[in-house]
Amino acid sequence: MKFGLSFFQAVTGTCLFAFSLLATGLAYAQTTEGDPYGSFQWPDLKREFLGSGTVVFDERVKVQGPAFAEDPLNVPITVSADGLADVEVITVIVDRNPIRKVLEYFPLDSLPRVSFRFKLEQASPVRVAVKTRDGVWHVGGVFIDSAGGGCTAAGATLRDASWTKSLGDVSAKVFAQSVPAGGGATGSKLITGTRLRLRVMHPMDTGLVGGIPAFYVNKLSLQEASGRELMRLNAFEPISENPVFSFDFPGAPKGQLQLVGTDNNGNRILGLIDRGLIQ
Amino acid sequence: MKRMFGTRQLALVFVLCAWVGQAHSQMQTKLDLSTLDYQLKARELAPDVFVVEGANADFSPANGCNIINTGFIVTGAGVVVINTGPSHLYGLQLRDLIARTSKQPVVKVIHLNLHPDYFLGNQAFADVPRAATATTRAGMKREAGGYADNMYRLCGEWMKGTEPLLPSTDLAMGTERIGTHELKTLELSGHTDSDVVLIDQTRGVMFAGGLVFAQRVPTTPHAQVGAWLSSLQTLSKTAQTANLALVPSHGVVALSTQGIAMTQRYMSWLDTAFRDAAERGLEMNEVLRMPVPPEFKAWAGFDTEYTRNVANLYPRYERAVLVGTTPKQP
Repeated sequence: MKFGLSFFQAVTGTCLFAFSLLATGLAYAQTTEGDPYGSFQWPDLKREFLGSGTVVFDERVKVQGPAFAEDPLNVPITVSADGLADVEVITVIVDRNPIRKVLEYFPLDSLPRVSFRFKLEQASPVRVAVKTRDGVWHVGGVFIDSAGGGCTAAGATLRDASWTKSLGDVSAKVFAQSVPAGGGATGSKLITGTRLRLRVMHPMDTGLVGGIPAFYVNKLSLQEASGRELMRLNAFEPISENPVFSFDFPGAPKGQLQLVGTDNNGNRILGLIDRGLIQ
Repeated sequence: MKRMFGTRQLALVFVLCAWVGQAHSQMQTKLDLSTLDYQLKARELAPDVFVVEGANADFSPANGCNIINTGFIVTGAGVVVINTGPSHLYGLQLRDLIARTSKQPVVKVIHLNLHPDYFLGNQAFADVPRAATATTRAGMKREAGGYADNMYRLCGEWMKGTEPLLPSTDLAMGTERIGTHELKTLELSGHTDSDVVLIDQTRGVMFAGGLVFAQRVPTTPHAQVGAWLSSLQTLSKTAQTANLALVPSHGVVALSTQGIAMTQRYMSWLDTAFRDAAERGLEMNEVLRMPVPPEFKAWAGFDTEYTRNVANLYPRYERAVLVGTTPKQP
């Protein structure tokens, strides 16, 4: 059997963390600038990734993950900022990863929701910062316990060299999905929208394994046949090998959808998602 | 600025911590970490057929990481040992328990699959033949280092002195008479690539290995769901033709074979529920939070093991649903 952390260890860890946070509450508050995870890195993270704008911790930024990372190379995260209007960008940062920025998502004509998987090096808060058009960053997060080793282990396809045959291939499907009516103000009723799930074949090498340079998908964009862009995404090294993403849309996309993208070596990514895949 | 933890949430954390503290102390009164004594006991399931039961729980230092049911059969022509436990100390204490139970020498060790608590006690059985299938032997050779590292990390002190000692010979399938016992071995798969079931046909006891989890959520790091379900069907037929007691490697030992049906129910539910979730486009986090039948939630290990089941198995169901969209290059 292969085992991650036990439930007890996970809960005990959380408890120790909670107690230590309380015990030194005031001191923490001053040096962590109110970070609910009590991380001394937070003030620096904030300055580095969010700049000088207003930053608030906001319960409307909902972040889901597993209690512990059974597979540290594929930690699933689901983000929803349904209660926030006029979202410009969703940025995901992981405090204790050697490469901290995971993803930037621009929901141009999609909902402020995104799901993805990433490589976790050690137990860490996962931060999701959502910038609204008024320039304010709304921050939520989740704490993930890990067995470690996520960022410094070579991916499976590198070991068997199969990645060269499938590089950049996109598989996808569109599903019916409940979404909030009227752009997602809190309390709005649910109507039927759509979800696009897709998978891009790519090694997503971080550059942290000796002798293997960084090689990762860095840009994805989804467009309707008319050329209208529905969403844009910047990916970074910590995104999992052969990444899987989910994006939610308020209505039904029209006609054939085109997913275009690149990796950091300039390889092109193209997926044509036709009506046959739209339920 | 909004606060993330309200008073109510903090109260909940306190209650939870108090509960964990209590649970820890209850377990520690059972096992003494200063003596590292597993307090192994031999339970005679049928005349001369013994089972040594582990905790129906997850690996933790409090239970010595002893969550496996091992066994031994006193055949009249020596003792046959089934699996050697999670550590060198366990192996030594098991050997000692066997010596206290029977004057007959240990003549053979049989490993039912490649997982760590099936063979990390092997150093105490270095002087006898240790048999496993060719597939299991190859798997142990490949994974032994990683297993030992992970078990040291999870179990600490209990692991001291443990170094993986691999099986020494191939395990033949079929029926073999040792002393007065007719022992039948059957190679199936699904929990791992090679799952051996050992049946003492003389006494009517089935050592079902990793294929059966009784009142415990199955572990799935090497699982193939389809193969597992068809293996369980084979076991179910075998059990119907004989009145058997059943020893699963993990979970409750019983004088009935209901553990087979339990595992069948869980694996069938998982197969259907994951396929349905993938067809509805659910994300892993949604699968982690979807409703689970109360029967399964009440089993040991649910909180950790279901999370692992999702991580291990759901990606396969997702891939089966997604359709290729990249135009073929001329």
